[in-house]
Amino acid sequence: MNGVHAENLGARKARATRWGTAFLVATAISVLFLVILVLSIVSQSFGYVLVTSEVDPASLAREGVALEGQEAPALVETLKEGLTRRHLATLEEAKPLDSRSREELLGLVMTEIVQERPARTWTLAQSVLQRKAIMDFRNSDFPDGRLYFRSWLRASLLTNPQSSSALDSGLRGAAIGSLATILLTLLIAFPLGVAAAIWLEEYAADNAVNRFIQLNIYNLSGVPSIIYGMLGLAVFVRWLEPLTSGVLFGAAEKGAASGRTILSASLTLALLVLPVIIINSQEALRAVPQSLRKAGLALGATKWQTIWHHVLPASADRILTGTVLAISRALGETAPLVVVGASTFLTIDPVSPFSRFTTLPIQIYQWTSRPQGEFKNLAAAAILVLLVLLLTLNATAIILRNRFSARRRTNT
Amino acid sequence: MTQVFPARGLARPPRPGEAVIKAFLFSCAAFSILTTAGIVLILGKETFSFFKEVSIVEFLTGSLWQPAIGKFGILPLASATLVTSLIAMAVALPLGLMVAVYLSEYAPWGVRQFLKPALEVLAGIPTVVYGYFALSTVTPLLRGMIGQDRLQVYNMLSAGLVMGILILPLIASMCEDALSAVPRTMREAAYATGATKLEVTTQVVVPAAFSGLAAAFILGLSRAVGETMIVALAAGAGPNLTLNPLKSAETMTGHIVRISGGDLSYDTIDYSSLFAIAATLFVITMILNLISRRIVGKRREVYE
Repeated sequence: MNGVHAENLGARKARATRWGTAFLVATAISVLFLVILVLSIVSQSFGYVLVTSEVDPASLAREGVALEGQEAPALVETLKEGLTRRHLATLEEAKPLDSRSREELLGLVMTEIVQERPARTWTLAQSVLQRKAIMDFRNSDFPDGRLYFRSWLRASLLTNPQSSSALDSGLRGAAIGSLATILLTLLIAFPLGVAAAIWLEEYAADNAVNRFIQLNIYNLSGVPSIIYGMLGLAVFVRWLEPLTSGVLFGAAEKGAASGRTILSASLTLALLVLPVIIINSQEALRAVPQSLRKAGLALGATKWQTIWHHVLPASADRILTGTVLAISRALGETAPLVVVGASTFLTIDPVSPFSRFTTLPIQIYQWTSRPQGEFKNLAAAAILVLLVLLLTLNATAIILRNRFSARRRTNT
Repeated sequence: MTQVFPARGLARPPRPGEAVIKAFLFSCAAFSILTTAGIVLILGKETFSFFKEVSIVEFLTGSLWQPAIGKFGILPLASATLVTSLIAMAVALPLGLMVAVYLSEYAPWGVRQFLKPALEVLAGIPTVVYGYFALSTVTPLLRGMIGQDRLQVYNMLSAGLVMGILILPLIASMCEDALSAVPRTMREAAYATGATKLEVTTQVVVPAAFSGLAAAFILGLSRAVGETMIVALAAGAGPNLTLNPLKSAETMTGHIVRISGGDLSYDTIDYSSLFAIAATLFVITMILNLISRRIVGKRREVYE
């Protein structure tokens, strides 16, 4: 062998190694993105908050008892002293002060009299690494301010309704809205999607009509979600307004007599996830061995009996998994619901399909687009809630699948 | 004595219900056509009424989008969509392909077992989360690197980069499917001639899977064009005809979301103009999706 080839081989091998490393690095970078994404959101959900207040809470102590330790009657006194008569009257009208619990009264004192406002917030990373600088900042710029470490992810985030103050704003309405919308979407899209998949896999002859339907479904799955929002706006919100606002059933809510309801949102999302459910269910049905069908038919079962008693149970796990994945996509959708007309500020809980609505992703979008920094922290905490919800959904799908396959094993 | 059974056909007893079920199943499948028809009709109707007020030439070539003064030129919105999508593709295309090559050709079994689900998790995160990430993490980071005065708070660069991260798992996963579909024998033949792993990959596997890769890229581009929440949050709120990624500009999708999220009255030109934008978007993504499917279809014919 001559030297040229030997050298050549070495160079080729070196190049192969170099590129092998490059491919590995590219993959590592991609994984790194995921890690940075999660870390940055966690970091924004916790950290120091510097709050200033109109009235110093310490000045509201009564007979040596600090504000936090006071009983209900004392708190009512504080409210009566601190607020104008008109303001008190509105509060009484909403719910008599005497019938409110101690926690509610304390909350009222904090929001109406003390009026705490975040002056500045820091992320978890900053809180840990620049602790001293943060302390110095408070001492020099806000000597009266209260600096404390806050977890934006807290129980009150889930239980409080929306509020104009980031400190006590919560996700209650959005969480209920999300769950209601998703449930309704599932009820609409699941039967439709599975039925369509059964037609296409089990019944459809290979003719022009069915090929067109199939191609059409593939195309629909690639349509940007915002287009579905436009469709929902024109069809469900405007055209079918009597139906989606509940006027038709005499169930319309006061002040909500428009089609911008949970029902419209669910119908829109159902159209959006339908192609995904159909395609996933088709794959599930295709995975059922042909012998199963033939055995059923050979024993004299009709086509539908075979499908209902054998093919569907055999593919149920995959169909359910595919559906859950489609539903978790719907849970994260934002753009189409903004177009359909989610409410920007909703303090009352939705109670029926004809209620105005907002959802978790929409709430995140609105908080993120606010200029004040503290709403970004709130949005980060809301994102954590949404991600946990999505993870739970996906984990449920996996558990469901495992349980189904375990049962099938014991049956056969 | 043998008992004589009454004569009875051995055919299946008729079950008229099955015809009903069959009809129901078909109508469910046909429902999807209704959806498409709905999209086309709605977009068509509103776009038609829009073009009664604004000429189609002005819409497609006008360089100013200002509904307040009756200017409806889509170029500023389209240019922003183009810039953000190109940046996204510049990130997602090389990275996605390299990840796919690593997963399909290089990765040990255990690593692959772990990485594929990780990519799927990345793909399952809602886009509004990516939008938040772009605005609150990537933009400050970039402004620190490039300079506060050079990079605007809302800018196409940050939105495009994060959009690239969003599309990356989609492209990686589709490319990986295409690469794994290349028959093993082709690789082994190449190894037998003494090729290195890199040579097998770049000169045999990638060319053989080329149509699948191309389909993935086009589908990724279509996703980028239709992507909404990232650009709505991070790219800016105001049409701006510029190709400079450091500037803020509003994309087609971003504009639709911003306007329809506000107080929008029906039967106005503002309302129908949104449908004209949506129709443009629909046509672009539809063409891209059809091309992508056509390419995939061709590949199947070659290999199977």
